[in-house]
Amino acid sequence: MSYVIEMRNIRKEFPGIVANDDITLQVNKGEIHALLGENGAGKSTLMNVLFGLYQPEKGDIRVKGKKVNITDPNIANSLGIGMVHQHFMLIDKFTVTENIILGSEPTLGGKLDLKHAGKQVMKLSEQYGLDVKPNKKIEDISVGMQQRVEILKTLYRGADILIFDEPTAVLTPLEVKELTKIMKLLVKEGKSIILITHKLKEIMEICDRCTVIRRGKGIGTVEVKDTNPDQLASMMVGRQVNTKVNDEPYKPNGDVLIVDNLTVVDSRKVPVVDQLNLTVKGGEILGIAGVDGNGQTELIEAISGLRKVKKGSITLNQKEITNLSPRKITEKGVGHIPEDRHKHGLVLDFSVGENIVLQTYYQKPQATAGYLHYNNIYQKAKSLIKEYDVRTPDAYTPARALSGGNQQKAIIAREIDRSPDLLIAAQPTRGLDVGAIEFIHNKLIEERKQGKAVLLVSFELDEILNLSDRIAVIYEGRIIDIVTPSETNENELGLLMAGQKEKAAVQREENF
Amino acid sequence: MKRIFNNNRLFSFLIPVISVILGLLAGAIIMLITGYNPLLAYQSIIHSIFFEPYYSGETIRAMIPLVLSGLAVAFAFRTGLFNIGVEGQLLVGWFTAVAVGIGFGDLPKAVLLPLAIIAAALAGAIWGFVPGFLKARFKVHEVITTIMMNYIALHVTNYLIRTYLYTQGERTPSVPESASLSSKFLMDLTQGSRLHWGFIVALIAAVIMWFILWKTTKGYELRSVGFNPNASKYAGMNVNRNVILSMAISGAFAGVAGAMEGLGTYQYMTINSTFIGIGFDGIAVALLGLNTSIGVIFGAALFAGLKIGSISMQSIAGVPTDLVQIIIALIIFFVASSYLIRWLLVRLKKGGK
Repeated sequence: MSYVIEMRNIRKEFPGIVANDDITLQVNKGEIHALLGENGAGKSTLMNVLFGLYQPEKGDIRVKGKKVNITDPNIANSLGIGMVHQHFMLIDKFTVTENIILGSEPTLGGKLDLKHAGKQVMKLSEQYGLDVKPNKKIEDISVGMQQRVEILKTLYRGADILIFDEPTAVLTPLEVKELTKIMKLLVKEGKSIILITHKLKEIMEICDRCTVIRRGKGIGTVEVKDTNPDQLASMMVGRQVNTKVNDEPYKPNGDVLIVDNLTVVDSRKVPVVDQLNLTVKGGEILGIAGVDGNGQTELIEAISGLRKVKKGSITLNQKEITNLSPRKITEKGVGHIPEDRHKHGLVLDFSVGENIVLQTYYQKPQATAGYLHYNNIYQKAKSLIKEYDVRTPDAYTPARALSGGNQQKAIIAREIDRSPDLLIAAQPTRGLDVGAIEFIHNKLIEERKQGKAVLLVSFELDEILNLSDRIAVIYEGRIIDIVTPSETNENELGLLMAGQKEKAAVQREENF
Repeated sequence: MKRIFNNNRLFSFLIPVISVILGLLAGAIIMLITGYNPLLAYQSIIHSIFFEPYYSGETIRAMIPLVLSGLAVAFAFRTGLFNIGVEGQLLVGWFTAVAVGIGFGDLPKAVLLPLAIIAAALAGAIWGFVPGFLKARFKVHEVITTIMMNYIALHVTNYLIRTYLYTQGERTPSVPESASLSSKFLMDLTQGSRLHWGFIVALIAAVIMWFILWKTTKGYELRSVGFNPNASKYAGMNVNRNVILSMAISGAFAGVAGAMEGLGTYQYMTINSTFIGIGFDGIAVALLGLNTSIGVIFGAALFAGLKIGSISMQSIAGVPTDLVQIIIALIIFFVASSYLIRWLLVRLKKGGK
């Protein structure tokens, strides 16, 4: 039987590294085929070879049984291969239709035929249950909707093989569910899908088969129904991965952080954190679950001094820290792993060493009387790099050159090394691969073991459920309920996150 | 990975060097087309600035304000700020130095000379502080305000000269000897050029900039804010205060550049009908020098050499001095289009393999 896509023994080299080494990928018609691998394993390179952006040194590609030579993306398009990028390639000020036709605009007598295009977009949207409104501007629609526009773009160009590049990385749990539905409908209508991912759960839920690559080498292809997440994880990482986590008994001590009746307003003076109460104890991980935009970011910014508090108070170890400067709060014992590591966590053009002292550069032994001791700085950096297993050529390399996981490890090294009483971890594992996630989870648990307080904010329910001692659900700027992980489940949390407290209670009764 | 990193540093060093070569080549082509002899032209430039003491002295003299204004632009740029106002900061520095020199003429030289230079630095710093403050407090873009501050400086200094320090020849009186940087020894050494002790000031300033940026916690903060203000804020730095400080220090360098002209080259200040351009040349010098102290010195040397050498290029090879302006413009063009050079270098490397 012939495959819709067959890439055989692909080899692609870059100066100094072999990105793809003898990888074979065979995709059946009408299946969802997962391409699994850690960050930097060579998934994107392989897909860029298929999409014509790179030329392989060895190996051949067959599309629908015919040997092809894809030298540029236009050829890939004409062969029916379409790519749904992780970072959307859309123009904010244009409408959905305008974005979709961009590059292959239909004309009528030299004039752009938007009406006809709009109808076609509508038809495709209905056929695949995408529910896209053709006349809305991109800036006015949600991220999930924008992704569907990307999908429509490929369908409009007649693609029947769709590559999804980590499509769920930017989506909320609800949007993920809808995307799953759409992907299933797409294959039912005869399309084939290649899903690039490192999330095992997704693969188990929607994929038919899965090809694993590790450090540029093809490890093998398995039927999803014959495998399990542990096996996939060990294929991907190359060793047994410890997925069990927080298992030490819960022995909290005194209250470390007390947030009392806190109100924070956004730039339009609308309260985004609304009379919120919350306590985090020493020796516990408190998870905050919630849909993005319900006040999580603002709550963290208020605690760390980055945003002014309108009303209420924040106390750390019985001392008030409300509206102190970020530096004062840091010095009083708050560590912060920010949500966006590139924007807020690192100075990418600084060396790893310079980044490691980003909050302590002015203290001894890094500096005396305003004079920097670079020897001491790099000595400290070197020992932390070793202790936290940050993979970098040396401490002098710019942070930009590190992989995402190692950048995050550098931030965590910096924050934990100051041994803060309260560690705020916002989306600490977003976009990271299994190995790095495991490492970071272990570090958070270690902090808990040391009797420190950990405030964990995450959109990954699994992460919240696996790590937390207590889960606080945030909805419209308030904590609407606090639950214990062993007594709840994703359904209940999902309802709470949507603000449906009564329904959640019913759900709970039924389960226990 | 380390090799790529090193290559990157090598690349960034090669870009200005190659830009200069390309600029000179393009200048040669223009000379050929317009009927001049480029070899003779370049030879006359090189010969004069390296082998004729007068021209050598004048080149170093011309370098002094260029180094300082280049440092001013580079310093602000390290904090992510584009200081287009060096010209204005230089003018107020110039005026202040001359005014202090004349006003406190009775003081001994050991007091008066440093006082005049420091006063000029302060005046420049105030002129830089204003846009810095407006940026930090009201988010007004510094490019707009510094340009406006240039005009204010130009007309305010003209007004002050006309009202308080006017003398015949549309200028201020000369500063007394006790406030002068000029040196008979240096003049005799260079057969009558206007070379003065200011070159030592410029070198010290270059060392100061390097020291502040790379050896102090303040410099670390300034660079951090320049690369990523968001992360700097998260790490507890006061971004606004650093913006203001950076503009003020930048202005101080520019003010000292003005003092060098006022106390060294000219000994007075004229009423300017338009900008003198040294502040704007500083932008090009900083760009060519990759915003480093040592780079700024080399950049200033190149531009000063071309400008001074162009005089003998005109007399010997008959090429108009304007052609040097074209060459300088071309060099800047090539630096600015560094992407093109990077691409060429990568191509060449691949071809060589």
